Amino acid sequence: MPEDLNWAIGGEAGDGIDSTGKIFAQALSRAGRHVFTSKDFASRIRGGYTAYKIRTSVDRVESVVDRLDILIALTERTIHENEDELHEGSVIIYDGERSTMQDVEVPEGTHAMTVPLKRLAEDAGGAIMRNVVALGAACQVANFPIENLDEALAKRFGDKGEAIIENNEQAARLGQEYVAENYDLDTDYDLETTDNDYVLLNGDEAIGMGAIAAGCRFYSGYPITPATDVMEYLTGRIEQYGGAVVQAEDELSAVNMALGAARAGARSMTATSGPGIDLMTETFGLVATTETPLVICDVMRSGPSTGMPTKQEQGDLDMLLYGGHGEIPRFVVGPTTVSECFWKTVEAFNLAEQYQTPVFLVSDLALAVTEQTFPPEAFDMDEVEIKRGNVVEEDEIDSWLDEQGRFQPHFPTADGVSPRAFPGTTDGAHMTTGLEHDSLGRRTEEEEVRVEQVDKRNRKVQTAKEEEDWDYREFGDSDADTLVISWGSNEGAMREALEFLDEDGHDVRFISVPYLFPRPDLTDEVDAAEDVIVVECNATGQFADVLEHDVLERVERINKYTGVRYKADELAEDVAAAIAGDADSTQEVEAE
Amino acid sequence: MSSDVRFVDFKSDKQPTWCPGCGDFGTMNGMMKALAETGNDPDNTFVVAGIGCSGKIGTYMHSYALHGVHGRALPVGIGVKLANPDLEVMVAGGDGDGFSIGAGHFVHAVRRNVDMSYVVMDNRIYGLTKGQFSPTSREDFETATSPDGTGMPPINPLALAYASGATFIAQSFSSDSQRHTELVKEAIEHDGFGFVNVYSPCVTFNDVDTYDYFRDSLVDLSETDHDPNDPADAKSKILEGDKEYMGILYQDEDSVAWNERQGIDENMADIPDGAPEDAMDLVREFY
Repeated sequence: MPEDLNWAIGGEAGDGIDSTGKIFAQALSRAGRHVFTSKDFASRIRGGYTAYKIRTSVDRVESVVDRLDILIALTERTIHENEDELHEGSVIIYDGERSTMQDVEVPEGTHAMTVPLKRLAEDAGGAIMRNVVALGAACQVANFPIENLDEALAKRFGDKGEAIIENNEQAARLGQEYVAENYDLDTDYDLETTDNDYVLLNGDEAIGMGAIAAGCRFYSGYPITPATDVMEYLTGRIEQYGGAVVQAEDELSAVNMALGAARAGARSMTATSGPGIDLMTETFGLVATTETPLVICDVMRSGPSTGMPTKQEQGDLDMLLYGGHGEIPRFVVGPTTVSECFWKTVEAFNLAEQYQTPVFLVSDLALAVTEQTFPPEAFDMDEVEIKRGNVVEEDEIDSWLDEQGRFQPHFPTADGVSPRAFPGTTDGAHMTTGLEHDSLGRRTEEEEVRVEQVDKRNRKVQTAKEEEDWDYREFGDSDADTLVISWGSNEGAMREALEFLDEDGHDVRFISVPYLFPRPDLTDEVDAAEDVIVVECNATGQFADVLEHDVLERVERINKYTGVRYKADELAEDVAAAIAGDADSTQEVEAE
Repeated sequence: MSSDVRFVDFKSDKQPTWCPGCGDFGTMNGMMKALAETGNDPDNTFVVAGIGCSGKIGTYMHSYALHGVHGRALPVGIGVKLANPDLEVMVAGGDGDGFSIGAGHFVHAVRRNVDMSYVVMDNRIYGLTKGQFSPTSREDFETATSPDGTGMPPINPLALAYASGATFIAQSFSSDSQRHTELVKEAIEHDGFGFVNVYSPCVTFNDVDTYDYFRDSLVDLSETDHDPNDPADAKSKILEGDKEYMGILYQDEDSVAWNERQGIDENMADIPDGAPEDAMDLVREFY
């Protein structure tokens, strides 16, 4: 277990909780300490309880825990909201001179530390700096050298001028000195510093940075919690690389703009959350059938409907795997950590272009709002590979024209991947459509062509299954009888849970799955274990269903997708063939 | 761009399945002529079409093209243009696609003023689904789904565009080939969003808004003293409910397309084969 300290600042939305917390997290990170942050927040601008929590250690931290050591409470409610996490020896810093907090009672065993935050802030130049006074007080309690705050303050207030930065530095010191002069607490909190070099970022930022690294140049989206940070990250940055961010009028428009940009040859992306996926689903079939490479990021939150917009849930898996009418070839990739949000984004763009399919990048609120420290090498840009797939250059176009000189954007190749000619390519002009089409991209209802095109689109998925790595991440004891499987952000908490379980004598093998479709075949792993437990943040166990499906005994399948219904005699023949064990019975779809 | 492109180069070898006499033939021919006469060729042109009879246009024309989902052709066109501003982007659709299911996108595409053209084949009826009322159908128009009329005033597309801050509003008639072609050319050459509402009669399901009706009622603005650059003049013509006009209703001469004002001028398809050179700076920002 890491030697950790758990710190929080809480108050009302609009109290500057977030930016104050971020300053402290950055100070810790710059001081060479690992940081893992979380947020309690409500979907409103002002009012309502909100908190920014930091777990910090010299060793890596991968999760939050149910313990709070130092709490800066700007409101009385903040103390009540965290009552269960406070313990014997926790320190609660608050402004005892504030009219609403004069009669505050702190839980038994905790230390009440009243600091005149507002008065000291005014002494330093303005009441607005009261949170920074509290940070200074916290530094003293945690035995954290206050100089470490200065760099973070400079970063936060850099654009406001030297005087403002100095005032803030002074405010922090007034808070620190007040505690030093008035309290002599018997606590042993000690935030030692190291020479380690860390960056601090959240999952949405990692996705945005991954997109730029991967060559994404077009982003269209519609703001929605908790995906908006992807868009805000890209705004102002992607332009420096020749790209653009467009805030569309709705998600329907956002996904269609992204589709248009992708047809023009740009690496293109949109990000949203469940309600936006609902709307965009209209277009996913079009993306898939026109074989357009597109990355759609779903940062999941609690549903259904508007649900709990600022709360965690992994409830969209079924929709991403199966949503939309008809059958849509697609990939679903789900990063399991903040740094993996970066790498899986890069991978998503490669998969999209190599296989000309929609790729769902599924993240969740816990990853989106967690700021975590990493050594910068965790994002080594030299490791970023760009794979664009079968893009046809002008001098190769001839080999993809039919006898009449027409380019064939949906040519049924052996691996299913057709040539792609970007608009502007001489002799590459072609159409494509959401209607079933032939290799030229033109409408057809001919049974043979329909089957050929369905098969070629599905063949891409088969090719990808064979050609790409769909590995899982493994932790714990690989020989253990107990197998725990999870996806998404649960990885961090489960990794640390392994240590708790180990202390209690439980050996556990833990598999974290970043690929939801295609996904690793876990049949052997499931067979080898006595107990298999699937962990996920939803009520029905959507991933558990999928795994149970994967390890089921196979049924025989008879399929027909020519667009013509089953006929009795034909069906009898197919069933008879299946009974006779004719392995080809499922291939009867070839138009007769 | 070759200078000897003819309009037939924009024609595909697929024969249209529109009903004989459909206005969409004339509308499409004018679009092809306008594209050729403005120096475009099929390899630098992207046509986006919606759903409906009008949506079939991508199949009958030869260019880069996408036939998308109902009502969303405009966002696709915007995405194409922003990703590669060198392309000539033309979006085509019908009155249902543009003013019913896609009305929200129409309003915002007009506002955004991206450099592209939008040709709406307005026949005031749903043809492909065999004759239900459309958003531009008259209030007393009787159809299978409006036996006593729609009971709603029709949308005035020109007014909707004007209210949304349009910089180019024109209206043409599919059977007046010369004027229709001229107006689409103007829309293409306009620096911004060029909107042309084309009366494109449905000979099968609409016996009210017929060729004869439009021939008799249309007033060509080029034969009047209408000043398309004068907002007051434009507004009064657009809001005159009982008159049918052909020509440029309004054009903002100072219009500069949104993409130009935003400095969006690169072909976004061109990217390095690894992360951008200075990409580690992005990581260092997180110190």
